[in-house]
Amino acid sequence: MLEVKDLHVSIHGKTILDGLSLAVKPGEVAAIMGPNGSGKSTLSYVIAGKPGYEVTSGEVLLDGENLLDLPADERARKGVFLAFQYPIEIPGVATMTFLKASLNAQRRGRGEADLTTPEFMRRVREASQRLKVDQEMLRRPLNVGFSGGEKKRIEILQMTLLNPRFAVLDETDSGLDIDALRIVSEGVNALRDPTRGFLVITHYQRLLDHIKPDVVHVMAKGRIVASGGPELALELEKNGYRDYAVEAA
Amino acid sequence: MAAVQETVDRVRAIDVDAYKYGFVSAIESDVAPKGLNEGIVRFISAKKEEPEWLLAWRLDAYRRWLTMEEPKWARVDYPPIDFQDLHYFAAPKNAAGPRSLDDVDPELLRVYEKLGIPLVEQEILAGVEKPRVAVDAVFDSVSVATTFKAELAKAGVIFCSFSEAVHNHPELVKRYLGTVVPSTDNYYATLNSAVFSDGSFVYVPEGVRCPMELSTYFRINEKNTGQFERTLIIAEKGAYVSYLEGCTAPKRDENQLHAAVVELVALDDAEIKYSTVQNWYPGDAEGRGGIYNFVTKRGDCRGARSKISWTQVETGSAITWKYPSCILRGESSRGEFYSIAISNGRQQVDSGTKMIHLGRNTTSRIISKGVSAGRSQNTYRGQVSAHRLATGARNFTNCDSLLIGSECGAHTVPYIEAKNASAVIEHEATTSKVSEEQLFYCQQRGLSAEEATALIVNGFVRDVLQQLPMEFAVEAQKLIAISLEGSVG
Repeated sequence: MLEVKDLHVSIHGKTILDGLSLAVKPGEVAAIMGPNGSGKSTLSYVIAGKPGYEVTSGEVLLDGENLLDLPADERARKGVFLAFQYPIEIPGVATMTFLKASLNAQRRGRGEADLTTPEFMRRVREASQRLKVDQEMLRRPLNVGFSGGEKKRIEILQMTLLNPRFAVLDETDSGLDIDALRIVSEGVNALRDPTRGFLVITHYQRLLDHIKPDVVHVMAKGRIVASGGPELALELEKNGYRDYAVEAA
Repeated sequence: MAAVQETVDRVRAIDVDAYKYGFVSAIESDVAPKGLNEGIVRFISAKKEEPEWLLAWRLDAYRRWLTMEEPKWARVDYPPIDFQDLHYFAAPKNAAGPRSLDDVDPELLRVYEKLGIPLVEQEILAGVEKPRVAVDAVFDSVSVATTFKAELAKAGVIFCSFSEAVHNHPELVKRYLGTVVPSTDNYYATLNSAVFSDGSFVYVPEGVRCPMELSTYFRINEKNTGQFERTLIIAEKGAYVSYLEGCTAPKRDENQLHAAVVELVALDDAEIKYSTVQNWYPGDAEGRGGIYNFVTKRGDCRGARSKISWTQVETGSAITWKYPSCILRGESSRGEFYSIAISNGRQQVDSGTKMIHLGRNTTSRIISKGVSAGRSQNTYRGQVSAHRLATGARNFTNCDSLLIGSECGAHTVPYIEAKNASAVIEHEATTSKVSEEQLFYCQQRGLSAEEATALIVNGFVRDVLQQLPMEFAVEAQKLIAISLEGSVG
């Protein structure tokens, strides 16, 4: 469903992605692992449409449609979701308000009617209970003063409500203690289904203990340098990235 | 959230070049010839059949004005105003006193309809008994429609046009006029004192809580007409009143001068809450043709434990020069100022407040939110002073600026003066930008750039929006989004 073809991306003239190709099938959870500076976050931003990245060549297709021509909000409406490594604070905007605004913006973008308030509340209650997000937190301004774990749970809460076709999780495990990691992972696992694709970006095996990937890709110097099954992640955990980093250089 | 969504729909519906309220209605006017001299002052006074003392007061102000100079200290820039090239009086022709809505010029009612004014008031105009808002409509210079007068009268509240008050309650006008903003106060207030046309008058007697929000919609309609409104609100001991003022104006090629004066007097234990939503024509993309808004608004907490609270949402005008202030004279009196000032395009805003602590244990609070977009300049200018005798005076000021884009400016100019050692004055200020990161985050969730900006700005001003009466808050949210239209590329 997601195809990245020979993607070259630079910022201020510096090459970050250097001919990256990748495919994620419907229902598949693909993990990307790699050392710092290998371009993992850049990949997630380019898929989601963050301004400021210069795509010099290549394509990013979702169900055959090139996303690169679309602004970020249209990609979101087509079902692309990015769980941020560092979720952004929006002062003065209650989390609940933000959830409703984004959900209805996406619905309208797809020609659907706004959710009624009771229906919206029902969905929020259900999802937030599962993710152990209490109602008080939803009244607070989005991400302002939230702990690392709270921010990540709110990201997964948003993902649950927005119900995306394809989700990128950018180091969702960073800053999580073991309990929060389990709650977040369960939230992700609950969304696994045969039509949805996931790209899970992480440094560590420990997230993949909870979210079992179908495929593991190793990224170094802006390219995929190795692909394999879950066992590849275990091997990396043991031996580190050195071999791949050298190989790519 | 509904309001934000609605806002966004409204923003979308607006043609970039066509200011929504830019139309000219065709009510005939009774216009004084251009120019200003003693004869014009006498003409205005005669037209309004004023008593001799008021004419003398006007003439005194006029002579004083001739000796004064325009203030130049504000961070605003505009070509010199030719005061001889303005009309100083215009009254709708049918103003001889319709006393029921049936008598009101239907064209005027259509104007209100076009303005989308205000759902709440439209219901009232249509006779729907629901929210309790009384409207005193100031159309060009003369009040032509007043509702709910009878019910207010039952409570003993006087709410009428300034001219009516001069005729029916001369003793009150004489006792309070110019006691808060003297006719010698400043260039524009003095000009206003000489040529003021009309405005609102409110008197709430001792111990009375005004049974409804009082609301006036000002509107500038006559070509080249300087507008010189004069409003006077008096709350006797223990009285309470909440007053709403909202403004829109039709499109113009030439700049329009507006120099209003508002005076508030609160006696012992009285409270006055004054809310403004100002949306005058800000000029075209190059800043041509917008309203010059040079206003003097001041409240006098004359009595012990009295309270005056100003809340303003300023989105319009080419130039805003406005400092609603409180003189905290009564012991333990309190002044508040809540402000949202939004500038876009070429707008210039120099606005803030003064809190003058004269009495013991007086307190004040200032919350100012400035939002600058486009190529606008937005200045907060505020003065907090504690007099030698104002022991125990306390002030808290929070002054936040938000920038959208990289061509606008935000400036903060606080003047703080404590003349006794027991005064405590706090000032907090921040400046931030709507960041690329925030916009991207919102857009990643499906909000358009416009929706995202409206959401972020509404979050930024939330503390102040909460101070507005409910129906005004909704209107204000819409206005905020409308005025930011085109600010994101």
